[in-house]
Amino acid sequence: MSSILTWSTYVIVFGALGVLALRDRTKARQAVKVAVKSFFGILPIMLAFIGLIGLLLGIVPPEVISRYLGQGAGWWATLTAFVLGAVLYIASLVSIPLAASLLRAGASVTTIAAFLTGLMMVNTVTLPLEIKYLGKKMALSRNLLSLLFAFAIAIVIGMVLQ
Amino acid sequence: MNTNLPQQISNGAPQGAPVKKTPRQWLADYRWVLLIALADLLVWVFWPAQAAPVIRNTWDYLVEMVVILIPVAVLMGLFEVWVPKQLIGKYLGRESGWKGILLALLFGSAPTGPLYVAFPIAAMLLKKGASPLNVIILLDAWAAIKIPQLLIEARFLGPSFMLVRLALTVPSAILMGWLIQKGIERTGGLDLDPAGSENIS
Repeated sequence: MSSILTWSTYVIVFGALGVLALRDRTKARQAVKVAVKSFFGILPIMLAFIGLIGLLLGIVPPEVISRYLGQGAGWWATLTAFVLGAVLYIASLVSIPLAASLLRAGASVTTIAAFLTGLMMVNTVTLPLEIKYLGKKMALSRNLLSLLFAFAIAIVIGMVLQ
Repeated sequence: MNTNLPQQISNGAPQGAPVKKTPRQWLADYRWVLLIALADLLVWVFWPAQAAPVIRNTWDYLVEMVVILIPVAVLMGLFEVWVPKQLIGKYLGRESGWKGILLALLFGSAPTGPLYVAFPIAAMLLKKGASPLNVIILLDAWAAIKIPQLLIEARFLGPSFMLVRLALTVPSAILMGWLIQKGIERTGGLDLDPAGSENIS
């Protein structure tokens, strides 16, 4: 299913690019330029994470991963993953493959979901900047509510998909 | 390991002429890759039994990543030239209702840069009269349901994970926006920092 999804993505995206190229050459060229730039922009950190994942999965036996992050590890594992996610700054394009590798190695869905929702929705690192632009009221309330919602969403994902 | 990530992603935005990188910069960019490669080498030398699984896992993830990263990058390029960033402010006002919410969701999930790129845009929108509800929805969408990110999520964690998370995140964003708007109204409006507004163009 996910490979059908990927190939239809190819068809849609490159189809759209083709349509754009027919209608407006300069814009299409600019789009390709941005595409190449963002691809190579993310590549160094992406390769590093892929290397890290490969190393991790090659060295750490799945039993260890599932013992510390799996169902049996309980709430502490989920909570720790959530707090880590909320505090760290890792772009989701990179953190998702990492999360997927842990999931496949035996981590529980709830724990992985908590890590990801924490990362995406609670933005501790950028909070000072957010306060500067949007004011304390908006920035703080957004992040505090995100904290609650992110955890709740992770729990529900775990209940639905476990 | 990733504190310098935002700059690298935001490079996707078209600004000026491309800058040629010196070998030193290449080395700096790829330092973590080199470090991991070195670690791989050490595993191969001192722990040869584990070398095969390390290489296989790395290769599998590499293929999987590149396969999805190519259309994602093209999508980023398309959004960059297609989505009008200034025009949207007009349609996000307090009277915009569900249309405004939908537009905030769409606009928030289309862009490609890291979240902090969204802050000045959000501040500009607020100044131009966008409602806090819509701005919060936009920020939440930008943070958690960007389309390129959803594609990667579906690829790696499965379509059902992506869809369940999406289905939960959208109403959460709307509810959060509504709560925050009410809170701001009750406590006497926004507390935008006038000094911060200098940077808002």
